[in-house]
Amino acid sequence: MTGTRTARPDVLTVLRGGGVYPAILLLLLFNVAFTPNFATLTNLRLQLVQVAPVAIVAIGMALVIGTEGIDLSVGSTMALSAALLPLYLGYGVWPAVVVALLAGAAVGIVNGSLVAFGHMQPIIATLGTLVACRGLALVLADGRLAEMFDPVLGTLGNDSVLGVPISVLLVLVVTGAAVVAVRRAAFGRRLLAVGGNRAAATLAGLPVNRTLVTVYVVSGVLAAAAGVLSTARQGAADPSSAGLLIELSAITAVVVGGTPLSGGRIRILGTLMGALLMQLIIATVIQHDLPDSTARMLQAGIIVAAVYVQRGRSRA
Amino acid sequence: MTAVETTAATTGHRTVTGRLWWRPDRAGTPIVLALVLIVGSLVFGDSFASGRNLGNIALDSSYLLLIATGMTFVVLSGGIDLSVGSLLALSGVLTAYGAQWGTLTAVLLPLAVCGVIGLVNGLLIGTAGIAPFIVTLASLLFARGLAFAVADEGNKVHLIPADLALTRLGQARWLGLSAPVWFALVVFAAAVVVLNRTRFGQSTFAVGDNLEAAGLMGLPTARVRVLVYVVSALLTGIAGVLVAAQTQSGLPTIGEGRELEAIAAVVIGGTLLTGGAGSLAGTLAGVLLLKVIQNLINQVGTLTSYYQQVVSGTFLIVVVLIQSRLTRRRMR
Repeated sequence: MTGTRTARPDVLTVLRGGGVYPAILLLLLFNVAFTPNFATLTNLRLQLVQVAPVAIVAIGMALVIGTEGIDLSVGSTMALSAALLPLYLGYGVWPAVVVALLAGAAVGIVNGSLVAFGHMQPIIATLGTLVACRGLALVLADGRLAEMFDPVLGTLGNDSVLGVPISVLLVLVVTGAAVVAVRRAAFGRRLLAVGGNRAAATLAGLPVNRTLVTVYVVSGVLAAAAGVLSTARQGAADPSSAGLLIELSAITAVVVGGTPLSGGRIRILGTLMGALLMQLIIATVIQHDLPDSTARMLQAGIIVAAVYVQRGRSRA
Repeated sequence: MTAVETTAATTGHRTVTGRLWWRPDRAGTPIVLALVLIVGSLVFGDSFASGRNLGNIALDSSYLLLIATGMTFVVLSGGIDLSVGSLLALSGVLTAYGAQWGTLTAVLLPLAVCGVIGLVNGLLIGTAGIAPFIVTLASLLFARGLAFAVADEGNKVHLIPADLALTRLGQARWLGLSAPVWFALVVFAAAVVVLNRTRFGQSTFAVGDNLEAAGLMGLPTARVRVLVYVVSALLTGIAGVLVAAQTQSGLPTIGEGRELEAIAAVVIGGTLLTGGAGSLAGTLAGVLLLKVIQNLINQVGTLTSYYQQVVSGTFLIVVVLIQSRLTRRRMR
């Protein structure tokens, strides 16, 4: 196949097309110039570790948005996986993690089935699971915060391999897998075909329903993984605050990264950069001691500006 | 996005959808609403079907009806407005803030600010061509930030004096119903007329159905797309003024998640998120259905609030599934 040859200009168009790249560059330059202690290794590593959960969720979200769908339930799925971890920790860390990921897959199966077989609008189906899963997480944890002192879990959340934090490595693995899936695998082609035109994909004999369910399962599992990661880092599972409003951050990252909400096109790297941009904005605001209200208004302005630069290419 | 056959079946009758108040194939939601009401009165008796409880449901529904009415215009035009929850808080805070100079500023200040934010939303979407989801997500952040700035980062709660005309008006009761219910009904009736009997209303359907075709027919597509966001922001602004008058204060924290509730009401009411097809009558039924379900779940005293969330999320899905089944079967 002409894979390698088409891939290279692809990267170039991504670099040229996205308003997110100049935005990140500007923000980085600003911080290097005006923020004390910004350009230190410790700080940069902290930023990367903090962005990891959002980045992982956002990549799952990008796949869902590629099918012209949306997954509002990711934050509640994170809470669900956080609530399950301490319950199953008695069987060992890995069984507990597997249970948490399976719960994410289960939420994905429900979402995907409602969208595929129930013909429900994704925003409504996942709004239902958003409300229900948050409730379920609170029921499971009895509404309480559960502290965990497990050495393996602590390692997962806080340690590094060759100087790179494990959570950041996980982000890189997920990103790589998603890029390969979208660019090279038949699954990615089917996904984009469904997002581009569901009726045409059905007529073309593509397994539309299976593709839709798979995408929501992937999103659910990634959200659960993000839940495990943030729980491991904090050493505590808090089902009432874990993943709260992360669906909006993830959707913002996806769209700022240049993926149109109308489906049929996905930018995985752009999504990663979108998540990074949002993290940088928050870090800048915190390090300059701005009040919360100003921070929100600033975020609003930057989102609009970043998307305005790439408008026309990504109308949704 | 949604059922392919639904889209295909409705687009052919688009103008009919706009003109008729009642269509048999759109009756799925009212039927489910009627069933829920009957079951509720049978199971809970007077604690549900009493005038007082129904009055509470009506008051609770009135704010959502105002917001969802504006949202219907936006969704019909093919857009979405995520900023309404934050605008509700902003409007409430500005009402309480403006109340120190009298009723007139207390009403005009929030409406003016909401109108401007709606206008900016509309211009960014209709003229600059940025995705509605992103623009209104940004103004969700902006409006919430502004609300917190006016309330001194949440440290100061502006109060509305009890002797102000606004307070008396907002807390009045006529014919057994609270004032916000009457305001919501009047606004809703006006919106039905605007949507179904004016050029702007019909253009909203056309723009949502096919933006390019509407433009080629010579419709002022940009103006329509700007106006729907102004309408949405203004109606949300009215809801905010009424909330503030009821509670005599403006809290910057209210309204979180209201945008999703309003969108749910619109979609349950049978309006397609892709735009071009739907009705305000459906939205009214959707609002009532959501609020009646919430009230019923609250009636079950033994459920903890955590279980209530599980039940209401599941219920939302089940209701929408039943409603879409009914709607589709009747269309064939």
